[in-house]
Amino acid sequence: MTGFRQARWNEPSIFKVGRTKSHGVCSPFSSEDQKMGVDALTRLIPKNLLRRDEPNLPALSEVDVVRHFTRLSQANFGVDNGAYPLGSCTMKYSPKVNDAIANSDKVHWIHPHQDESTVQGALEIMYKLSQWFSEITGMNGFTLQPSAGAHGEYTGALIMRAYHRERGDLERRREIIVPDSAHGTNLASASMVGFHVVVVPSNEKGCVDMDALESAVSERTAGLMLTNPNTLGIFEENILEISRIIHDVGGLLYYDGANLNAIMGKARPGDMGFDIVHLNLHKTFSTPHGGGGPGAGPVGVVEALEGFLPVPTVGRDGEHFYLNYDHPQTIGRVGGFYGNFEVLVKAFTYVLSMGGDGLSRVAELSVLNANYLARKISEIKGFSLPYGSGILRKHECVISCSKLKMDTSVTAKDVAKRLLDFGVHAPTMYFPLIVEEALMLEPTETESLEELDRYASIFAQISREAYEDPTIVLNAPHNTSVGALDEVKASHPRTFCLSWRMRKKQQERKP
Amino acid sequence: MSHPYLSNDPADIRRKLLDAIGISSVNEAFSDIPKQVRLAKSTSLPKPGSEVEVRREVERILSNNVTSKDALSFLGGGVWGHHVPAAVDTLAGRGEFLTSYTPYQPEISQGMLQSLFEYQSMMAELLEVDVVNSSMYDWASALGEAARMSARITHRNEFIVPHFLSPERLAVLKSYANPIGIRIKEVHQSLHTGQISLEALKEEVSSQTAGLYTENPAYLGHLVHNVEALAEIAHDVGSLFIVGVDPTSLGVLNPPGRYDADIVVGEGQPLGNYVNYGGPLLGIFACRNDPQLIRQMPGRLVGMTTTKDGGEQGYCMVLQTREQHIRREKATSNICTNHALCALRAAIYMALMGGGGFRRLGEHLFSITQYATQQLSRVDGVRTPVFSGCHFKDFTVNFDRTGKKGVEVSKRLLERGIMGGQPLERDFPELGDTFLYAVTEIHTQGDVDALCEALKEIVEA
Ligand SMILES: Cc1ncc(COP(=O)(O)O)c(C=O)c1O
Repeated sequence: MTGFRQARWNEPSIFKVGRTKSHGVCSPFSSEDQKMGVDALTRLIPKNLLRRDEPNLPALSEVDVVRHFTRLSQANFGVDNGAYPLGSCTMKYSPKVNDAIANSDKVHWIHPHQDESTVQGALEIMYKLSQWFSEITGMNGFTLQPSAGAHGEYTGALIMRAYHRERGDLERRREIIVPDSAHGTNLASASMVGFHVVVVPSNEKGCVDMDALESAVSERTAGLMLTNPNTLGIFEENILEISRIIHDVGGLLYYDGANLNAIMGKARPGDMGFDIVHLNLHKTFSTPHGGGGPGAGPVGVVEALEGFLPVPTVGRDGEHFYLNYDHPQTIGRVGGFYGNFEVLVKAFTYVLSMGGDGLSRVAELSVLNANYLARKISEIKGFSLPYGSGILRKHECVISCSKLKMDTSVTAKDVAKRLLDFGVHAPTMYFPLIVEEALMLEPTETESLEELDRYASIFAQISREAYEDPTIVLNAPHNTSVGALDEVKASHPRTFCLSWRMRKKQQERKP
Repeated sequence: MSHPYLSNDPADIRRKLLDAIGISSVNEAFSDIPKQVRLAKSTSLPKPGSEVEVRREVERILSNNVTSKDALSFLGGGVWGHHVPAAVDTLAGRGEFLTSYTPYQPEISQGMLQSLFEYQSMMAELLEVDVVNSSMYDWASALGEAARMSARITHRNEFIVPHFLSPERLAVLKSYANPIGIRIKEVHQSLHTGQISLEALKEEVSSQTAGLYTENPAYLGHLVHNVEALAEIAHDVGSLFIVGVDPTSLGVLNPPGRYDADIVVGEGQPLGNYVNYGGPLLGIFACRNDPQLIRQMPGRLVGMTTTKDGGEQGYCMVLQTREQHIRREKATSNICTNHALCALRAAIYMALMGGGGFRRLGEHLFSITQYATQQLSRVDGVRTPVFSGCHFKDFTVNFDRTGKKGVEVSKRLLERGIMGGQPLERDFPELGDTFLYAVTEIHTQGDVDALCEALKEIVEA
């Protein structure tokens, strides 16, 4: 049932492509500019600063370069190629009109230090987007400066720190609480800002264990970071109680917006008692993930925290938009300028395309799709849906392969690798940590019923293979550009190789 | 009508989904949200728009921007408008790259992995440093991470930076350093040469110094002449030496690997990336090939490996035990999503340019900068550059002796369709009424001449 064969070019390293001495676009300027009547560089630049040899880069024609990277692209897989239900990452379709608009001179060729009068378009987009995000999340003000979710978390943790410090309370408030189902960035962000991380367990429903939370909070609590729906795809039904507990001890409540897709237009973090929110525009707002970024991680806050936002934000004075530095207790800056503007334009276009109504339908369909897939896959032999049995999921679900592993020795990783053979991407593996042999699926609202059926039927086939003769699964993948890779060797202290330079040195060292 | 992005929006398909799940209406799927916080209907969001409507609206708003294609711009100072070869847009725009996630499944993501490995490799050649990560958000956050890494390695808490540092970069550095008690100390630079006095520096460094940071070329465009001595002073007290670079200078300037940099940071935006109102940029982060340093590095690293059977070469993310998804609160950094596509663009750019291309680009940038300062200093009362010596791309222009205020000059320039440099007086009052201008290879001699003409008219009026 698979016709998928990923390109296998065995494309050589860029250092081995083409001839040794020809040049591509090495002269992007006119030749007569070379005679500008200035002194020779060797007289202008101190000798010790002059580079003796040209950098050791490949010397290729433009054709060589274009073919090389085109071939490499064919050995890659994106949402444009097929289903990509990578849980927690919200790999929805990225609408092409967003890219088309962002790929314009009016976006590319404006400089962050331009006079305000010359960037009114950019500022208007940022202003309106901030307003819409406030409306969607129930916050009061937004910064668009953070470059990614984790960057937003860092910003939020700095705001928590500044807030407690201003109240003369920072000495005491050293702890940030996170549930055991939390994403690694939450813990890392809190600790980078100097907080101690206190982990609370989940209960059998997969939600925060309320007794454990009660005993974890104290006057040392600076705040709680929570993803809701959580990383099991389950809505924290005690959220109002959680909010009361945290606020009663003087802490702040932080919303990790990685999973906002599930509740957009249905409920708002601000109404639930959250004080700080980050969004991942490369998830919820459809901007393409670019093979690892850039994304954007705007942060919203309630009114009492607006003074702490990084500067500048964007303000409006009648018809005029301006950079607003009036945040008296500002934490300063987390990024060089105003955020990933090009990404913001794509998110802006997305909100305009969907409208308020469309965004709630996004939430509805992301939830329907996830539950449909959860049900279909959990009915297949070897797979189960642990935690919160009988509870509907939100936008994602975490399937466990532990029975399959017990019965057949096929692991979650093996299933993931075998899925690739069918021209679909695998789910997130082994996260959250509280589920054994976890496969976390998030089909998103853009996947069709037919594609969901196909995805489930691939699971069914893999289950059959595992129970009949698991060899093909254990040796997967077969149809990708390369077979199973040796990731242990890749990271081994004696064999790891991080650049062509290192490789050459390693080879020279060998007799 | 159902929305084109929502495959399952039609009523009959929704019905099928609901039936299969075993609920009668979609609202049941949200019944776990407490009633008090369920949202009725949001009102102040826009109505859904068709592609025609949306495109017209966003392009209408964007048309209020004046770009450096509409007007001649001389802005730089950390991000610069450079030529972006058309091939970069074509290749990086391919959906297989653009719409992929971080390559968690290496076998199906070899294209991105190999491209990132080649980014790391070519950047390593430019810097002559072996280890480069596959991107940080920007130069500023890379610097912040470098300060933290220095502190982790040396168990010290002082980080020394030059006084004339980009104020934005300094602010970000402080956001990364202050919360864990790293103190930022500024070291004095001569007002005539911009150079750090070695005597003064020796007084500043101590057994508390975790890192000494310099940029070359410096923020104000001048060259730092005594980099070897700076490295020695840093290393003598057991501190790390961190260098910030603009990679477009490295066809001509000695790479930081040649003068003992332990960590290199910088802005990769000039390599195939647009200015984009300041984002996304490309944070360069590199270090020496030393296990102690590598273990403390932030960010993703792509490594070369083979298939399990040893038969074929391949690539995957490596040394992930440094990272947040494994090490959690003990990770070297929280970074997860990074700026991989900007790194891919830089890789394509470096491949197109080759070593010869970088040499010629660097020579050209030095030449046009010297041409600009020579020509502008002929304008009555204009002093440029403020620091002596040869500059690269960025250069300071002082208006103290023109009888006009610099902001007034900028306003007049803008009326003539020219965007002048950015004011420095607020951050560096000791420089007087000074602005930071920049030129790159997108400027012709004619553009520089036009700026001179305009300045002459304004100043001499
Ligand atoms: C639940 C959760 N929180 C935080 C993050 C971090 O976001 P980013 O990768 O944009 O930094 C992610 C995604 O990777 C996530 O899934």
